[in-house]
Amino acid sequence: MSTALPGYNVGYLDEQTKRMIRRALLKAVAIPGFQVPFASREVPMPRGWGTGGVQVTASIIGGDDVLKVIDQGADDTTNAVSIRSFFAKVTGASTTTCTEDATIIQTRHRIPEAVLREGQIMVYQVPIPEPLRFLEPREAETRRMHALEEYGLIYVKLYEDIAKYGHIATTYAYPVMVNGRYLMDPSPTPSFDNPKLHQSPALHLYGAGREKRIYAVPPYTDVVSLGFEDHPFEPQRFEQPCAVCGSTGVYLDEIITDDAGGVMYACSDTDHCERAAALASAHIDDLEEARA
Amino acid sequence: MTLEQLHFEPDRRPLLEVRGAGHSYGERYGCRDVSFELWPGEVLAVVGESGSGKSTLLGMLSQRLKLSEGSVRYRLGDGDVVELSELSESRVRRLWRTEWGFVHQNAADGLRMHVSAGGNVGEPLMATGWRHYGKIRAAAAEWLARVEIPADRIDDAPATFSGGMRQRLQIARNLVVSPRLVFMDEPTSGLDVSVQARLLDLIRSLVAELGLAVVIVTHDLAVARLISHRTLVMKDGRVVESGLTDRVLDDPQAAYTQLLVSSILQG
Repeated sequence: MSTALPGYNVGYLDEQTKRMIRRALLKAVAIPGFQVPFASREVPMPRGWGTGGVQVTASIIGGDDVLKVIDQGADDTTNAVSIRSFFAKVTGASTTTCTEDATIIQTRHRIPEAVLREGQIMVYQVPIPEPLRFLEPREAETRRMHALEEYGLIYVKLYEDIAKYGHIATTYAYPVMVNGRYLMDPSPTPSFDNPKLHQSPALHLYGAGREKRIYAVPPYTDVVSLGFEDHPFEPQRFEQPCAVCGSTGVYLDEIITDDAGGVMYACSDTDHCERAAALASAHIDDLEEARA
Repeated sequence: MTLEQLHFEPDRRPLLEVRGAGHSYGERYGCRDVSFELWPGEVLAVVGESGSGKSTLLGMLSQRLKLSEGSVRYRLGDGDVVELSELSESRVRRLWRTEWGFVHQNAADGLRMHVSAGGNVGEPLMATGWRHYGKIRAAAAEWLARVEIPADRIDDAPATFSGGMRQRLQIARNLVVSPRLVFMDEPTSGLDVSVQARLLDLIRSLVAELGLAVVIVTHDLAVARLISHRTLVMKDGRVVESGLTDRVLDDPQAAYTQLLVSSILQG
């Protein structure tokens, strides 16, 4: 293990805090989808910038872990870069941008395109953990609804979508049922990524720092996206391939290229895009060699 | 209650049987020593001045307030008679969803003001397991028509509705799951006279059509006279007089009821 920043405890948080968060995490894993309250601490960034995810990562990271941090799927955005270098400083753990090499992946939105494997941990930065919040503002009432499994209300949200747009227009924070019991908000991940949660071999941990809640989806758990019989859940689809690497069936970002309506669509997962582009160009080189 | 209804009611036990019931706010009783029976298809009005314990009684019957003494027995849809205060919270909430309705005085308390009218009427259906959008929407549209809300307002939020429309929407939302018992807390107060009359007319026809049992709290004797079969008169948390509505209003026995009846302005 390389050396951490002197004067700071490993992982920035003190050991008692990390224990408290680990206890909450164990409870969350034991009751998939259940929101466990925890005593959220201050970390050196404002609430709303991923403090929940940072606290979860700080509590589980060890010297031999390899950390990857993404924001909107990209490894090179401000928040991703600063969180990654923060943990490099205070833990001495190594970091990577390669999904396969990482043991812990902290994310704001996306689940990487590469298929996750056993032993990997996804850490999500959650802004609003309560899926019923905008329908039922009373926290005491939503907790009671979770306790009694009264989830009719969440369908009102989907009903409103269909009434307004003719289809379920919710494309992020799309509600799911976890293990057939708890209704869960998979954070602001796009609904495109929802199917990746179902029976995933990786462990998924959700931390909401401002709202002081932790919840989890353990490996190989049923995660079902809600829908109506006549309007079932449909993940987002993209018609065109990535303009950079040519991948299809991946999540694309719209990039505006000029002020005359010009746009291009490129992978939101930068790690996937770089490697797919490298593979494609190597393939072209091979073809040219063969021709020569 | 009419003879036909008695005839068609196979189980000749009351829907609600209240004996010596009371609710106390700390040391002070909000209402006390209330006893009555409510039969299927019967409309019971609870009248009295403000502070007389009407709303406390309604809260207590609907299990929104705890029973401090006495008993409230309810006959479930499957025929079993249960003591309401002994039911678990989840069973009481299931009753709210499936067998009971509650019409609030202020429609905003009973509606989700920023969810569309269709969503408001559809919510109780979704809460009882409906998962087919087309059927939910059709049922919502049908109920909006029954309470005379124009079909093109189905996707508008009740925040954009008038007071009378909100109240009619609230009634639709409560009746869509075909409840057996509906509690109404001053459903017409705060509305102007012509809207009140229309709403009462609507309530009266729906109650007759669906054979609902209703407990309606009102301070307006005209409302009691128009829609109720029997009336309880409350004063200082106690029932001072009860009986057939026409008898109570035409031939009041208790001094307080006489005062109440004589204080109505004669046009």
